[in-house]
Amino acid sequence: MNRETLAPPKELRASQDALTISGKTYRSRLLMGISLYPSAEVMLRALEASGAELVTVAIRRVNLKDPRAENPVTLIDRDRYEILPNTAGCYTARDAIYTAHLAREALGTSLIKLEVIGDEETLYPDVEQLLQGASALVREGFTVLPYCNDDPVTCKKLEELGCVAVMPLGSPIGSGCGIRNPYNFQLIRAAVKVPVILDAGVGTASDVAMGMELGCDGVLLNSAVARARNPVRMAEAMRKAVEAGRLAYESGRIPQRFYADPTSSMRSISRLQKKD
Amino acid sequence: MEKPADLLIVGGGIVGLGVGWRVAQAGWSVTILERDRAGRGASWAAAGMLAPVSEVKYDEPELQELSFQSLKLYPEFVSELRSESGMDVDYRTEGTLRVALNPDEAAELRRLYDYQVELGLKVQELSGPEAREMEPSLSPSVTDAVACFGDHQVDNRRLVLALVRAFQKRGGRLHERMGVESVQLKAGRVTGVTAGSESWPASRVLIAAGSWSGRLEGIPAELCPPVRPVKGQMVTLRMAAPLVQHVIRGRKAYLAPKSDGRLLIGSTMEEMGFDTQVTAGAVLQLLYEAWRMVPGLEDLALVETQAGLRPTSRDHAPILGKTPIEGLYVATGHFRHGILLAPITGSLLRDLIVEDRPGVLIKPFGLERFLSPSYHEATS
Repeated sequence: MNRETLAPPKELRASQDALTISGKTYRSRLLMGISLYPSAEVMLRALEASGAELVTVAIRRVNLKDPRAENPVTLIDRDRYEILPNTAGCYTARDAIYTAHLAREALGTSLIKLEVIGDEETLYPDVEQLLQGASALVREGFTVLPYCNDDPVTCKKLEELGCVAVMPLGSPIGSGCGIRNPYNFQLIRAAVKVPVILDAGVGTASDVAMGMELGCDGVLLNSAVARARNPVRMAEAMRKAVEAGRLAYESGRIPQRFYADPTSSMRSISRLQKKD
Repeated sequence: MEKPADLLIVGGGIVGLGVGWRVAQAGWSVTILERDRAGRGASWAAAGMLAPVSEVKYDEPELQELSFQSLKLYPEFVSELRSESGMDVDYRTEGTLRVALNPDEAAELRRLYDYQVELGLKVQELSGPEAREMEPSLSPSVTDAVACFGDHQVDNRRLVLALVRAFQKRGGRLHERMGVESVQLKAGRVTGVTAGSESWPASRVLIAAGSWSGRLEGIPAELCPPVRPVKGQMVTLRMAAPLVQHVIRGRKAYLAPKSDGRLLIGSTMEEMGFDTQVTAGAVLQLLYEAWRMVPGLEDLALVETQAGLRPTSRDHAPILGKTPIEGLYVATGHFRHGILLAPITGSLLRDLIVEDRPGVLIKPFGLERFLSPSYHEATS
C-alpha cells in the first residue's frame, strides 16, 4: 500500500497550526471569558479543561492597581494564558479608548477586544461608536479585535481600518441562542481575510461546532460554560466542539440533498471499482 | 501589657466575635484585637439574610450541609445570645420570595426551582397574583415567584453588637482600633502577635481578619490563607410602615426589610481590591432593580449607602481549622455567608480549640486544600 494515502490530507494537517492573530499563533481556537463562574477555583479548572490560550478580562470590572492582591486576573497563570483585555461596559468610543489605555498600562499588552455597547437590553454594539473607537485605537498602535454585529459590511469596514480580527455576535451576549443567522456568517467569511471569531450567543456545544463549520477561525464564549451546571465539563465539551467543527469544515462536507442517496447500491459499488 | 491570653483573635467581626464568645463561655481568657471598630466591616455592610434555600448553588454539597446545620443552630444561638446580652437581634422567619419579571427571568427561576426540588428543599411556585397576595407591594409586572420558606434573617448589626456585649460579659477583652502588624512564631509554634508596636503573648492565635486574613506579616507566604476582598455595595431606605415582609430577591438585587424600618437593598459583587467607594453606577443599578420589583419604594427616604469587603477564598467556601503552625488557627473566607455561618463556625472552632476535637463538618474546609502537597501531612 502506498504510504502517501495513509497520511492525513493537507487540509487536516493545516488545522494543527491553528489560529493566527496578528502574526501570533495559538494552538487553541477557543477563547474564554472569566466572568460569572461559581468561584475562582471553578473558573481556573474550566480554563484548563477548555484548552484555551487566550482569556478575555473586563478591565472595568477588575482593580488592577495592586499587582500583589489576589483577584481573578492575578490568579491566571500568564505563562500559560495570554490575557485579552476587553472594554465591556463601555457605551461610548471615548470610554472604550480610555479603558484600552488602562488595560495597556496595567497589563502591558496592546491587545484589546473592543466592545462599545449600544443598548442595555440587547447589548448590541453601537456600530458608529465602534468604528470610531477602532479607528482611533489602531492609529494609537493597539491590536484591535472588535466585538461587532453579524454584518458583512461592518466587518469589512473594521478590517479596512486595520483590525486584526472581527468578532461578530451569533446572538445577544448571554442569551445562549446560538447563531441566529448562519447565512451572515458565510457572507462575513467571504468578505474578510482577517480571522473571524464567533463572539457571544453560544449556548451549548453544537453552537460552537456550527460556528466552526461555517468557517469561523475561532469562538469566544463565557456564560455557556460559567453558568452551566457543571462548568468544567461544559468547557471540555466546548474544546471538543471547536475541534470537531474545525475538522468538519476542513474536511469538506457533502452537499445536502432532498432525496436519499443509498450508501450500498450497485451504482456506488461500481463507483468505487472505477476509482481503482 | 496584658497577661497572656489563652486565645488571641485577630479580627472583631462576626466570625471573631462568634468564636470568641464560645471560647470565653468555656472559661478561657480570650482577647480580640480589631483594626477598626468591632463588627464595622463586612459584618456591618451585610443584609443579615440566612438564605441557604434561595441562594443554593450547584455542586457545593459540603457548603450546603454546613449552611443548613448553621441555620438549624440559629434559634438557640439567638435566644442564648439574648439571655447573655439582653439584646434582641430581630430574628425573622418569613422566608424569601424569588421573583421574575419577564420570560427570561421566569426561565431562570424555573431552573433554580427544579434544582431546589431535586434537593428536597421546601419551596413553592407562585403565579404573579399569588405572589402579590403574599406581598401586595410587589410590582404588577411580577409574573412568577418561588417562595423559599426555609430562609430566615436577622439584623446583622444588632447581632454583632449583641455578640460584643455577650463576649465582654463572659470576660472577653476587646481592643478596638488595634491593628495586628504581625504574628510571632518560635520554633514552629505561635507565641502571640505584635499590635500597636506592642507584644501580645498568647498560646493560641485565631486569624479571623476577613479580607485582611492573608496579609499578616510573620506567617510564611505559602501558609497565608488565600482570601481576596469582593466588594459589595448597598443602599438603605427607611420605611414609615412595613412595605414588604419577606426578603424579595430578583436576578440583580434583593430587598431585606428589618423590623426597625430599614429596607436594605443589595448588592454588587466587584473585584475591586480594597476599594470601598460607593459608585453612581451601583446605586443606580440597585435602586432601579429594586424599584422594578417594588415600585412603592419610590417615596422612601434614602438613609445610607455603603460598601463592604467580603472575604473570599478561591472556591468561595470558608477556611476553617488548624494550620501547619502549632497553635495557629484560621476562620475566614466566609464570602457572602458570614452571618449565616456564624453559629456553626463558633461551635466548630470552639470544639477544635478548647477540646482539640475536630467536628466532622469542619473537615472539607481546611486550609490544606490550598496548600502544596508537602504541607498536607502537617495539618492532617
